Amino acid sequence: MENSEIYLAILVMALANLLTRILPFLFFVKKEPPSAIVFIEENFPPIIMVILIFYTLSSIDFQNQFYGLKEFLAIGITAYLHIRFNNYLISIFVGTLSYMFLVQFSGL
Amino acid sequence: MDFSREFKIALRVSIPVMMGYGVLGFAFGLLAISVGLPWYIAFFMSIIIYAGALQFLAVGFITAKTGFIDIFISSFFVNIRQAFYGLSVLGKFKKTGKFKPYLIFGLTDETYALLTTIKEDPQIKKKYYYFYLSILNQSYWILGTLLGAVFGSMVKFDTSGLEFSLTTLFVVLALEQYKTQKRYLPFLIGAGASLLAIIFVPVNNMLLVAIALALLGMFIFKKRFEDGK
Repeated sequence: MENSEIYLAILVMALANLLTRILPFLFFVKKEPPSAIVFIEENFPPIIMVILIFYTLSSIDFQNQFYGLKEFLAIGITAYLHIRFNNYLISIFVGTLSYMFLVQFSGL
Repeated sequence: MDFSREFKIALRVSIPVMMGYGVLGFAFGLLAISVGLPWYIAFFMSIIIYAGALQFLAVGFITAKTGFIDIFISSFFVNIRQAFYGLSVLGKFKKTGKFKPYLIFGLTDETYALLTTIKEDPQIKKKYYYFYLSILNQSYWILGTLLGAVFGSMVKFDTSGLEFSLTTLFVVLALEQYKTQKRYLPFLIGAGASLLAIIFVPVNNMLLVAIALALLGMFIFKKRFEDGK
Protein backbone atom coordinates (compact mmCIF):
# COMPACT_ATOMS: atom_id res chain seq x y z
CA MET A 1 0.00 0.00 0.00
CA GLU A 2 0.99 3.63 -0.60
CA ASN A 3 1.42 5.75 2.52
CA SER A 4 -1.82 7.65 1.87
CA GLU A 5 -3.68 4.33 1.49
CA ILE A 6 -2.20 3.10 4.75
CA TYR A 7 -3.49 6.18 6.57
CA LEU A 8 -6.90 5.71 4.98
CA ALA A 9 -6.95 2.03 5.98
CA ILE A 10 -6.06 3.02 9.55
CA LEU A 11 -8.87 5.59 9.60
CA VAL A 12 -11.32 2.95 8.33
CA MET A 13 -10.26 0.58 11.13
CA ALA A 14 -10.41 3.34 13.73
CA LEU A 15 -13.93 4.17 12.59
CA ALA A 16 -15.15 0.56 12.60
CA ASN A 17 -13.61 0.06 16.04
CA LEU A 18 -15.12 3.26 17.42
CA LEU A 19 -18.49 2.25 16.00
CA THR A 20 -18.48 -0.97 18.05
CA ARG A 21 -17.69 1.03 21.20
CA ILE A 22 -20.15 3.87 20.58
CA LEU A 23 -23.11 1.89 19.19
CA PRO A 24 -24.99 1.29 22.45
CA PHE A 25 -24.56 4.94 23.45
CA LEU A 26 -26.02 6.12 20.13
CA PHE A 27 -29.03 3.86 19.91
CA PHE A 28 -29.89 2.10 23.11
CA VAL A 29 -29.81 4.75 25.78
CA LYS A 30 -33.59 4.99 25.82
CA LYS A 31 -34.86 1.79 24.25
CA GLU A 32 -33.89 -1.86 24.54
CA PRO A 33 -31.70 -3.23 21.72
CA PRO A 34 -33.38 -5.69 19.31
CA SER A 35 -33.03 -9.31 20.39
CA ALA A 36 -31.13 -10.28 17.21
CA ILE A 37 -28.41 -7.75 18.03
CA VAL A 38 -28.12 -8.91 21.62
CA PHE A 39 -27.95 -12.50 20.36
CA ILE A 40 -25.04 -11.66 18.01
CA GLU A 41 -23.16 -9.64 20.63
CA GLU A 42 -23.47 -12.38 23.21
CA ASN A 43 -22.58 -15.33 21.04
CA PHE A 44 -20.31 -14.08 18.29
CA PRO A 45 -17.08 -13.42 20.25
CA PRO A 46 -15.93 -17.07 20.60
CA ILE A 47 -16.85 -17.71 16.95
CA ILE A 48 -14.80 -14.78 15.63
CA MET A 49 -11.76 -15.85 17.66
CA VAL A 50 -11.82 -19.26 15.98
CA ILE A 51 -12.27 -17.65 12.56
CA LEU A 52 -9.31 -15.38 13.25
CA ILE A 53 -7.11 -18.36 14.14
CA PHE A 54 -7.92 -19.85 10.74
CA TYR A 55 -7.54 -16.48 9.04
CA THR A 56 -4.06 -15.95 10.43
CA LEU A 57 -3.16 -19.46 9.26
CA SER A 58 -4.70 -19.11 5.80
CA SER A 59 -1.46 -17.86 4.32
CA ILE A 60 0.61 -20.88 5.38
CA ASP A 61 1.99 -23.07 2.72
CA PHE A 62 0.30 -26.46 2.64
CA GLN A 63 2.42 -27.48 -0.35
CA ASN A 64 5.16 -27.94 2.23
CA GLN A 65 5.72 -31.65 2.83
CA PHE A 66 4.83 -31.29 6.52
CA TYR A 67 1.37 -29.73 5.93
CA GLY A 68 1.43 -27.09 8.62
CA LEU A 69 3.03 -29.25 11.32
CA LYS A 70 4.96 -26.24 12.70
CA GLU A 71 1.75 -24.28 13.12
CA PHE A 72 0.00 -27.23 14.70
CA LEU A 73 2.85 -27.76 17.18
CA ALA A 74 3.11 -24.08 18.09
CA ILE A 75 -0.65 -23.80 18.64
CA GLY A 76 -0.48 -26.90 20.82
CA ILE A 77 2.32 -25.38 22.90
CA THR A 78 0.44 -22.08 23.25
CA ALA A 79 -2.80 -23.78 24.29
CA TYR A 80 -1.03 -26.11 26.71
CA LEU A 81 0.81 -23.22 28.38
CA HIS A 82 -2.37 -21.22 28.63
CA ILE A 83 -4.33 -24.02 30.23
CA ARG A 84 -1.42 -24.87 32.51
CA PHE A 85 -0.35 -21.39 33.68
CA ASN A 86 -3.32 -19.24 32.77
CA ASN A 87 -1.06 -16.27 32.04
CA TYR A 88 -1.62 -14.84 28.58
CA LEU A 89 1.78 -13.14 28.40
CA ILE A 90 3.59 -16.45 28.95
CA SER A 91 1.34 -18.22 26.42
CA ILE A 92 1.80 -15.59 23.70
CA PHE A 93 5.50 -15.02 24.30
CA VAL A 94 6.62 -18.64 24.52
CA GLY A 95 4.14 -19.73 21.83
CA THR A 96 5.52 -17.18 19.37
CA LEU A 97 9.13 -17.93 20.27
CA SER A 98 8.61 -21.65 19.72
CA TYR A 99 7.13 -20.93 16.31
CA MET A 100 10.04 -18.65 15.42
CA PHE A 101 12.40 -21.38 16.53
CA LEU A 102 10.57 -23.97 14.40
CA VAL A 103 10.62 -21.67 11.36
CA GLN A 104 14.23 -20.65 11.67
CA PHE A 105 15.94 -23.80 12.92
CA SER A 106 13.85 -26.95 12.64
CA GLY A 107 13.74 -27.41 8.87
CA LEU A 108 10.08 -28.46 9.10
CA MET B 1 -9.74 21.11 43.08
CA ASP B 2 -7.24 18.38 43.62
CA PHE B 3 -7.82 14.97 42.09
CA SER B 4 -4.49 13.38 42.93
CA ARG B 5 -6.29 10.83 45.09
CA GLU B 6 -8.31 9.62 42.10
CA PHE B 7 -5.13 9.49 40.04
CA LYS B 8 -3.29 7.45 42.65
CA ILE B 9 -6.09 4.91 42.91
CA ALA B 10 -6.34 4.65 39.11
CA LEU B 11 -2.58 4.14 38.88
CA ARG B 12 -2.64 1.36 41.46
CA VAL B 13 -5.62 -0.39 39.89
CA SER B 14 -4.09 -0.20 36.41
CA ILE B 15 -0.75 -1.86 37.19
CA PRO B 16 -1.69 -5.30 35.79
CA VAL B 17 -2.75 -3.58 32.56
CA MET B 18 0.59 -1.75 32.50
CA MET B 19 2.34 -5.12 32.35
CA GLY B 20 -0.03 -6.56 29.78
CA TYR B 21 -0.26 -3.56 27.46
CA GLY B 22 3.43 -2.83 27.80
CA VAL B 23 4.39 -6.29 26.56
CA LEU B 24 1.69 -6.63 23.91
CA GLY B 25 2.25 -3.07 22.69
CA PHE B 26 5.96 -3.87 22.46
CA ALA B 27 5.19 -6.97 20.38
CA PHE B 28 2.93 -4.89 18.14
CA GLY B 29 5.59 -2.23 17.59
CA LEU B 30 8.14 -4.93 16.81
CA LEU B 31 5.81 -6.66 14.34
CA ALA B 32 4.97 -3.39 12.56
CA ILE B 33 8.67 -2.62 12.08
CA SER B 34 9.42 -6.18 10.95
CA VAL B 35 7.02 -5.89 7.99
CA GLY B 36 8.56 -2.55 6.99
CA LEU B 37 6.12 -0.04 8.48
CA PRO B 38 7.69 3.13 9.90
CA TRP B 39 7.51 3.70 13.67
CA TYR B 40 5.16 6.67 13.35
CA ILE B 41 2.50 4.56 11.62
CA ALA B 42 2.54 2.10 14.54
CA PHE B 43 2.39 5.06 16.95
CA PHE B 44 -0.49 6.63 15.01
CA MET B 45 -2.42 3.33 15.13
CA SER B 46 -2.02 3.03 18.88
CA ILE B 47 -3.38 6.54 19.27
CA ILE B 48 -6.40 6.45 16.98
CA ILE B 49 -7.36 2.76 16.71
CA TYR B 50 -6.34 1.61 20.19
CA ALA B 51 -7.48 -2.03 19.95
CA GLY B 52 -4.97 -4.84 20.42
CA ALA B 53 -6.20 -7.63 18.21
CA LEU B 54 -7.32 -5.24 15.50
CA GLN B 55 -3.94 -3.51 15.28
CA PHE B 56 -2.15 -6.85 14.89
CA LEU B 57 -4.64 -7.67 12.13
CA ALA B 58 -4.09 -4.22 10.63
CA VAL B 59 -0.48 -5.13 9.92
CA GLY B 60 -1.82 -8.07 7.89
CA PHE B 61 -4.46 -5.97 6.12
CA ILE B 62 -1.84 -3.44 5.08
CA THR B 63 0.68 -5.97 3.81
CA ALA B 64 -2.04 -7.93 1.97
CA LYS B 65 -3.51 -4.73 0.45
CA THR B 66 -7.01 -5.64 1.65
CA GLY B 67 -9.90 -3.53 0.27
CA PHE B 68 -11.39 -0.80 2.48
CA ILE B 69 -14.89 -2.32 2.62
CA ASP B 70 -13.46 -5.68 3.62
CA ILE B 71 -11.36 -3.93 6.26
CA PHE B 72 -14.35 -2.05 7.63
CA ILE B 73 -16.68 -5.06 7.90
CA SER B 74 -13.99 -7.38 9.27
CA SER B 75 -12.87 -4.82 11.85
CA PHE B 76 -16.43 -4.28 12.98
CA PHE B 77 -17.07 -7.97 13.57
CA VAL B 78 -13.67 -8.57 15.13
CA ASN B 79 -14.56 -6.06 17.82
CA ILE B 80 -18.32 -6.49 18.04
CA ARG B 81 -17.90 -7.85 21.56
CA GLN B 82 -17.13 -4.29 22.63
CA ALA B 83 -20.69 -3.23 21.80
CA PHE B 84 -21.70 -5.53 24.61
CA TYR B 85 -19.39 -3.69 27.00
CA GLY B 86 -21.04 -0.39 26.13
CA LEU B 87 -24.44 -1.81 26.97
CA SER B 88 -23.35 -2.71 30.46
CA VAL B 89 -21.67 0.62 31.29
CA LEU B 90 -24.42 2.89 29.95
CA GLY B 91 -25.45 3.73 33.49
CA LYS B 92 -21.90 4.16 34.83
CA PHE B 93 -21.01 6.68 32.12
CA LYS B 94 -24.20 8.72 32.46
CA LYS B 95 -22.80 11.45 34.68
CA THR B 96 -19.30 11.70 33.28
CA GLY B 97 -19.87 14.94 31.30
CA LYS B 98 -16.94 16.10 29.18
CA PHE B 99 -15.02 12.86 29.79
CA LYS B 100 -17.69 10.67 28.23
CA PRO B 101 -16.45 10.74 24.59
CA TYR B 102 -12.97 9.64 25.66
CA LEU B 103 -14.31 7.01 28.04
CA ILE B 104 -16.33 5.48 25.19
CA PHE B 105 -13.35 5.65 22.82
CA GLY B 106 -11.11 3.97 25.39
CA LEU B 107 -13.45 1.10 26.27
CA THR B 108 -11.04 -1.78 25.60
CA ASP B 109 -11.40 -5.29 27.05
CA GLU B 110 -9.04 -4.52 29.91
CA THR B 111 -10.42 -1.08 30.77
CA TYR B 112 -13.91 -2.54 30.75
CA ALA B 113 -12.79 -5.37 33.00
CA LEU B 114 -11.28 -2.93 35.52
CA LEU B 115 -14.26 -0.58 35.39
CA THR B 116 -16.73 -3.36 36.08
CA THR B 117 -14.86 -5.60 38.52
CA ILE B 118 -12.90 -3.31 40.86
CA LYS B 119 -14.98 -2.09 43.75
CA GLU B 120 -15.06 1.69 43.85
CA ASP B 121 -14.23 3.82 46.83
CA PRO B 122 -17.43 5.83 47.46
CA GLN B 123 -15.38 8.86 48.59
CA ILE B 124 -13.80 9.54 45.19
CA LYS B 125 -15.03 11.59 42.24
CA LYS B 126 -15.92 8.77 39.88
CA LYS B 127 -15.64 10.55 36.57
CA TYR B 128 -12.04 11.59 37.26
CA TYR B 129 -11.17 8.09 38.39
CA TYR B 130 -12.69 6.57 35.20
CA PHE B 131 -10.87 9.10 33.06
CA TYR B 132 -7.48 8.57 34.68
CA LEU B 133 -7.89 4.81 34.46
CA SER B 134 -8.76 4.96 30.76
CA ILE B 135 -5.99 7.33 29.80
CA LEU B 136 -3.35 5.53 31.87
CA ASN B 137 -4.24 2.30 30.10
CA GLN B 138 -3.91 3.90 26.67
CA SER B 139 -0.62 5.52 27.63
CA TYR B 140 0.81 2.07 28.52
CA TRP B 141 -0.30 0.80 25.13
CA ILE B 142 1.28 3.74 23.29
CA LEU B 143 4.48 3.54 25.31
CA GLY B 144 4.80 -0.22 24.68
CA THR B 145 4.27 0.35 20.95
CA LEU B 146 6.96 3.03 20.81
CA LEU B 147 9.47 0.93 22.75
CA GLY B 148 8.80 -2.07 20.47
CA ALA B 149 9.17 0.06 17.36
CA VAL B 150 12.40 1.65 18.57
CA PHE B 151 13.83 -1.70 19.64
CA GLY B 152 12.82 -3.23 16.30
CA SER B 153 14.54 -0.47 14.35
CA MET B 154 17.76 -0.56 16.35
CA VAL B 155 18.32 -4.23 17.03
CA LYS B 156 18.49 -6.31 13.90
CA PHE B 157 17.59 -9.96 14.25
CA ASP B 158 15.76 -12.60 12.25
CA THR B 159 12.05 -11.91 12.83
CA SER B 160 10.67 -14.67 10.60
CA GLY B 161 7.81 -16.32 12.42
CA LEU B 162 7.06 -13.24 14.54
CA GLU B 163 3.70 -12.84 12.75
CA PHE B 164 2.62 -16.00 14.60
CA SER B 165 2.15 -13.81 17.71
CA LEU B 166 -1.20 -12.96 16.14
CA THR B 167 -2.23 -16.61 15.99
CA THR B 168 -1.17 -17.20 19.59
CA LEU B 169 -3.14 -14.12 20.68
CA PHE B 170 -6.32 -15.53 19.13
CA VAL B 171 -5.67 -19.00 20.55
CA VAL B 172 -5.47 -17.42 24.00
CA LEU B 173 -8.58 -15.30 23.45
CA ALA B 174 -10.51 -18.33 22.18
CA LEU B 175 -9.54 -20.31 25.29
CA GLU B 176 -10.63 -17.40 27.47
CA GLN B 177 -13.96 -17.36 25.65
CA TYR B 178 -14.34 -21.07 26.29
CA LYS B 179 -13.82 -20.48 30.01
CA THR B 180 -16.76 -18.11 30.19
CA GLN B 181 -19.10 -20.08 27.94
CA LYS B 182 -18.03 -23.72 28.41
CA ARG B 183 -19.57 -25.10 25.25
CA TYR B 184 -18.37 -26.34 21.90
CA LEU B 185 -21.04 -25.10 19.51
CA PRO B 186 -19.53 -21.63 18.83
CA PHE B 187 -16.13 -23.22 18.19
CA LEU B 188 -17.60 -25.77 15.79
CA ILE B 189 -19.46 -23.04 13.91
CA GLY B 190 -16.34 -20.89 13.73
CA ALA B 191 -14.22 -23.79 12.50
CA GLY B 192 -16.86 -24.99 10.01
CA ALA B 193 -17.39 -21.52 8.56
CA SER B 194 -13.62 -20.95 8.27
CA LEU B 195 -12.94 -24.27 6.56
CA LEU B 196 -15.76 -23.74 4.04
CA ALA B 197 -14.45 -20.24 3.31
CA ILE B 198 -10.86 -21.46 2.92
CA ILE B 199 -11.91 -24.22 0.55
CA PHE B 200 -14.33 -22.27 -1.63
CA VAL B 201 -13.13 -18.67 -1.83
CA PRO B 202 -9.77 -16.97 -2.53
CA VAL B 203 -7.63 -16.19 0.53
CA ASN B 204 -8.24 -12.44 0.45
CA ASN B 205 -12.03 -12.88 0.77
CA MET B 206 -11.81 -15.64 3.33
CA LEU B 207 -12.38 -13.53 6.45
CA LEU B 208 -15.51 -11.80 5.22
CA VAL B 209 -17.09 -14.98 3.84
CA ALA B 210 -16.31 -16.88 7.04
CA ILE B 211 -17.97 -14.14 9.12
CA ALA B 212 -21.08 -14.24 6.91
CA LEU B 213 -21.27 -18.06 7.05
CA ALA B 214 -20.80 -18.03 10.82
CA LEU B 215 -23.62 -15.50 11.31
CA LEU B 216 -25.82 -17.71 9.15
CA GLY B 217 -24.81 -20.73 11.21
CA MET B 218 -25.61 -18.91 14.45
CA PHE B 219 -29.16 -18.22 13.34
CA ILE B 220 -29.61 -21.79 12.06
CA PHE B 221 -28.59 -23.08 15.52
CA LYS B 222 -30.24 -20.21 17.41
CA LYS B 223 -32.41 -22.53 19.45
CA ARG B 224 -29.40 -24.52 20.62
CA PHE B 225 -27.56 -21.35 21.61
CA GLU B 226 -30.53 -20.25 23.65
CA ASP B 227 -30.76 -23.61 25.35
CA GLY B 228 -27.16 -23.02 26.40
CA LYS B 229 -25.79 -26.14 24.72
